[in-house]
Amino acid sequence: MDTVTITMKNAPALYLEADTISPDAFAGKSAAQIAELPVFEGNNPSTLGKYFEVTGNAGATAADTRIVVKGDVKRVKYIGFRMTAGEIVIEGSADQYVGGWMKGGKITVRGNVDAFAATAMKGGEMVIEGNAGNYLGAAYRGDWRGMSGGKILVKGNAGSDVGMYMLGGEIVINGNCDVHVMTHAEGGRVIIRGNAASKLGGQMVEGDIYVFGSIDVMMPGFKPVDEVELTVDGTKAKFAHFIGDTGERHKKKKGVVVYGNLYKKI
Amino acid sequence: MTKTITDVICPFCGTLCDDIEVTVSDDGKKLLEVANACVIGTEKFLHSQSTDRVTKPRIRQEDGSWKTISYEEAADYTAKALAKAKKPLMYGWSSTNCEAQSVGNEIAEIAKACCDNTAAVCHGTTLIAVQDIGLPTCTLGEIKNRADRIIFWGCNPAHAHPRHMSRYSIFPRGFFTGKGQMSRKMIVVDPRCTDTARMADVHLQVEQGRDYELLNALRVAFKGEWLPDVVAGIPAEKIREAADLMKSGRFGIIFFGMGVTQSLSKNHNIDIAIAVTKDLNEYTKFSIMPMRGHYNVTGSGEVFAWQFGFPYSVDLTRGFARYNPGDSSSIDLLKRGEVDMMFTIGSDPGAHFPISAVRAIAKVDSVCIDPHITPTSGVSKLHVPVAFNGVECGGNCYRMDNVPIDCRKVVEPPEGMMTDLDFLTMVCTRLKKLKGAA
Amino acid sequence: MAEFIIKNGHVFDPVQGIKGDKKDICIKDGKIVDKVSGSAKVIDAKDKTVMAGAVEIHAHVAGPKVNLGRIYRPEDKLFSCTPTKGIERMGGGASIPTTFKTGYEYAKMGFAVAMEAAMPPLFSRHVHEEIRDTPIIDEGAFPVFGNNWFVLEYLKNQEIENTAAYCAWLLKVTKGYAIKVVNPGGTEAWGWGLNCLTVNDPVPYFDITPAEIIKGLIEANEYLGLPHSMHIHPNNLGNPGCYETTLDTLKIAAGIKPKNKFGREQVMHLTHTQFHSYGGTNWGDFESKAKEVTDFVNKNKNITIDTGNVTLDETTTMTADGPFEHHLTGLNHLKWANCDVELETAAGVVPYIYSPSISVCAIQWAIGLEIALMMKDPMRCYVTTDHPNAGPFTRYPRVYKWLMSEKARKAQIEAFKHKDKVLSQTAIGTLDREISLYELAQMTRAGPAKSLGLAAMCGGLKPGMDADVAIYNINPDKPIANPDDIEKAFSRCAAFFKSGVQVVSNGEIVNNGNKRTLWVNVKAKENPQVMRDINEKFVKYYSMTQANYEALGHHFVPNPYAIEVDATN
Repeated sequence: MDTVTITMKNAPALYLEADTISPDAFAGKSAAQIAELPVFEGNNPSTLGKYFEVTGNAGATAADTRIVVKGDVKRVKYIGFRMTAGEIVIEGSADQYVGGWMKGGKITVRGNVDAFAATAMKGGEMVIEGNAGNYLGAAYRGDWRGMSGGKILVKGNAGSDVGMYMLGGEIVINGNCDVHVMTHAEGGRVIIRGNAASKLGGQMVEGDIYVFGSIDVMMPGFKPVDEVELTVDGTKAKFAHFIGDTGERHKKKKGVVVYGNLYKKI
Repeated sequence: MTKTITDVICPFCGTLCDDIEVTVSDDGKKLLEVANACVIGTEKFLHSQSTDRVTKPRIRQEDGSWKTISYEEAADYTAKALAKAKKPLMYGWSSTNCEAQSVGNEIAEIAKACCDNTAAVCHGTTLIAVQDIGLPTCTLGEIKNRADRIIFWGCNPAHAHPRHMSRYSIFPRGFFTGKGQMSRKMIVVDPRCTDTARMADVHLQVEQGRDYELLNALRVAFKGEWLPDVVAGIPAEKIREAADLMKSGRFGIIFFGMGVTQSLSKNHNIDIAIAVTKDLNEYTKFSIMPMRGHYNVTGSGEVFAWQFGFPYSVDLTRGFARYNPGDSSSIDLLKRGEVDMMFTIGSDPGAHFPISAVRAIAKVDSVCIDPHITPTSGVSKLHVPVAFNGVECGGNCYRMDNVPIDCRKVVEPPEGMMTDLDFLTMVCTRLKKLKGAA
Repeated sequence: MAEFIIKNGHVFDPVQGIKGDKKDICIKDGKIVDKVSGSAKVIDAKDKTVMAGAVEIHAHVAGPKVNLGRIYRPEDKLFSCTPTKGIERMGGGASIPTTFKTGYEYAKMGFAVAMEAAMPPLFSRHVHEEIRDTPIIDEGAFPVFGNNWFVLEYLKNQEIENTAAYCAWLLKVTKGYAIKVVNPGGTEAWGWGLNCLTVNDPVPYFDITPAEIIKGLIEANEYLGLPHSMHIHPNNLGNPGCYETTLDTLKIAAGIKPKNKFGREQVMHLTHTQFHSYGGTNWGDFESKAKEVTDFVNKNKNITIDTGNVTLDETTTMTADGPFEHHLTGLNHLKWANCDVELETAAGVVPYIYSPSISVCAIQWAIGLEIALMMKDPMRCYVTTDHPNAGPFTRYPRVYKWLMSEKARKAQIEAFKHKDKVLSQTAIGTLDREISLYELAQMTRAGPAKSLGLAAMCGGLKPGMDADVAIYNINPDKPIANPDDIEKAFSRCAAFFKSGVQVVSNGEIVNNGNKRTLWVNVKAKENPQVMRDINEKFVKYYSMTQANYEALGHHFVPNPYAIEVDATN
């Protein structure tokens, strides 16, 4: 695997859209060719090299390419956009759409990410060592096909609307989580090791939510059914089990109604 | 001698009353009387007659004072500022007509700007919800002719849409509703005891910020499932009664306003209210409708949609249209420091946006096109006063139920004043030259 | 205006019976002429196919439900919006393109005319604003009448004259083109959440049946002598077994003769026939009844149809058949939009994915093609996708490929997951007919133009007609090696002239043309009773005043083309 390091040297006056910072776009290119990749500051077309110092050549394929992003990229959007393989390490914090529509590979962010990270993610892995903004692993506006695969780990807290319209895959939040988790979900699971606010699992058709900490307000559509002992994310514990959203439509499998599940650690 | 113009459209709120009668002087230059309109609408018409109107464009000087300039100079300044900007934001559009909006869109396309309307601060969340779950709705005449269950959720038409209840929703006698108010049951959901709530058969005084839970509970109640004893401060029994009242009607409607669109859960409140409406169509006929504010915010969404494909918060900076509120929405753009030029027309972000966003407007090149002196004109570098739409010029507008109604001109604007459309056309011509566009 | 001469092309023109002969086409002042001067610009069409501009008889391209589709489907545009390009405005939307993209895409395929198939009269001003912003193509819009309270009340008492007078008035104030009927009576029933699934189900309160509405509107249409016939989307669309309702509907036209001065020979146009030709009792035994329906139409010359071909895409369904969309959202659970329109109609919108892996979708695909292949007279059967319901209009070239190549059909059948089911539930595997270029010109040009009463103006290349001329990269002298070449050629014209102006060159837009709004202006006998009734309904039941109802003025119809009808005798 070859490593390309890009370091912010001329920060944009506004925000930078750099959907070309991905192993797929870098693959097979030399540092000089990578510096020529297009980026946009507002309506102004420019090149990656104008903002970043690029060192190292990429591997032959995306899978052979590792990108290390250094410097302040808090105003850079779309890092890892639609990536299919390879690796990106962002040493600081990044703006919106990190790993948006990603299908494979791995993204590690040492700092925080803003909203819309891992939008409609299909596969791969994302580790955010700081906090995540709103709409982590959610669907694009209007689409009923949200995150369908892959794994996201947030070591800090997450904003609202985690896993909206989620279909598959897993999101683990070690910290706390804001309102609306897995709204409209039809699969997948979200594990919140800290506390949750409220509105969990609203309009949920299928899927699983696990909460280790507290929940401020439960949704009335989640009905307590029993207590179960489970091993979740490596932790064995006793959970109160709720099914829901009982106000929503549900499929039947072999004559039995399938609900979404909410497990709250006791 | 005076003359009376009938069937005039009121350019105030989304109710877009079209039965106003306006009396003007014989020469058509003075507006004398307004009949049939509510007090706010009447004031809107009469306001055009005030003697202290700004009638010429003004530009801010170094010392902060205004200097009067010509429309030509104003159009030059605007075109240059748009041409120069990397990410201009063209905001407003809700108090102007569709023709002006259309020229504005062309300008935005050439300037590669972000464009947005006032849905950004009111029913944009409704649009997000509609995109997620759909919208079973109807025209206001359907309510008048058929509806026997009227729900006002997080809105207060008695004050905000004063003629709504008399024209469409509560009092009128329609084809199948010959008994008028007597044939209707009215439910109001509001944490406050508003004047609208005081008229209701049932007032559900929901706990602030718990509309989502209450709407969820209604869905659960429709299905006869288990409910906790109290949801959102309301006993389960009362929720089940309200659910039965909704189900038992022949034709029902939920009207909702900013009490739910801009409080906790925002788009999700509307999303689940639409789900409630959809559920009710399994038992009877039900519709839902946003109480749109500005008289032509709906029209702006329509024009954006047929020209760019999205109803608001459209980002054209890359030369093609993109949309994602949170990224492309005005307040976020301003607060995050993403824009370097602000163009405002037909709205007042200075009064409605959070202060952090207003500060961002003050920092960049800015143009405000508005007949009034507003907080926005106050923070802008250029203020271009224009004729009052719907009073001093006509043009198409869309009512809250998306019905288009062509506004009428009833009186001449002050001598030499331009309309939005005239001024935008001047800007567009200049911008095309600057950008070398076809 | 410029003169052009298109030389050496293989001309296919059913109007003049030209079947691929090499013939020069001359254009002057917007019209086809016999000859032009020496200064005419020469366009070489050697080894190419020349046809008149195509005519779209049924598509949902402008108006409130189309725009609701745009508004509520941002995902339909994700990553697919196109930038401003020369004189082309930016565009977007796969199944519900923006107005600019709509005009450009039609023009690039060689279309000159498109009819918006369902205009809610109360929203006519909206429809016209969108038509105004759709470049190049001429457009008309069909107001819907089949659930209109005036029509229901007049026809309950068999008042044909009053119905006709009302129709004439509504066409005028809405700048409409034809009498459209959608789920007659059923959409009014939907006002109460109900439906009419047969032609004999009574309409709640109004005490009339769909059959009576259909017959009355055919009679009113012929009473006025309108250019187009009554254009119907029958009851019971899209349900297994619905073909029986379709046959019951078609039978209502029996014995009624067309009466018009436009050369139209039908009294009923059955639209998107594919959705109305289903047998079976449920989705398990779902089967084609294309043969039963086309047998009937083949025998009855006073009926024309269009196909409604399924294109196997993700699309957006939208129709004034409100109860159908509610039914559909119950099947696929995707977002449901609905709008009931006071006194007039309703509309619903639901996204839909025609997946080649689902047997019902594959059977629907086969039925659409069967209809076109089983219809004996191509002048009475037109290709549509009921855009965007069965698929976007941008897929026409693919439908043409399937119609013109048995090989292409076989390849698609092979690709289906449930191939055996398609073969057992339809006759598609037994049909070896391949539509010729001449027949295609009948099904997409001369035929629909005649059905619309526009035969003198468009759909052909006879001198005196509008100079709408499309040139395609197909050499009819050579066998087609790969069916995909058909799709490619029809996707982008080599050149297209609209009303004598070259608007497309090598598949690119070179001119925004001079689009017109087509509408039908009926001079009808004065009818004070109907005028009183209209006035009363506005005072009592409409939510707007009568004075504000008309689509009037430059900003709605900047370039009108009125077709005059004198119905005073």
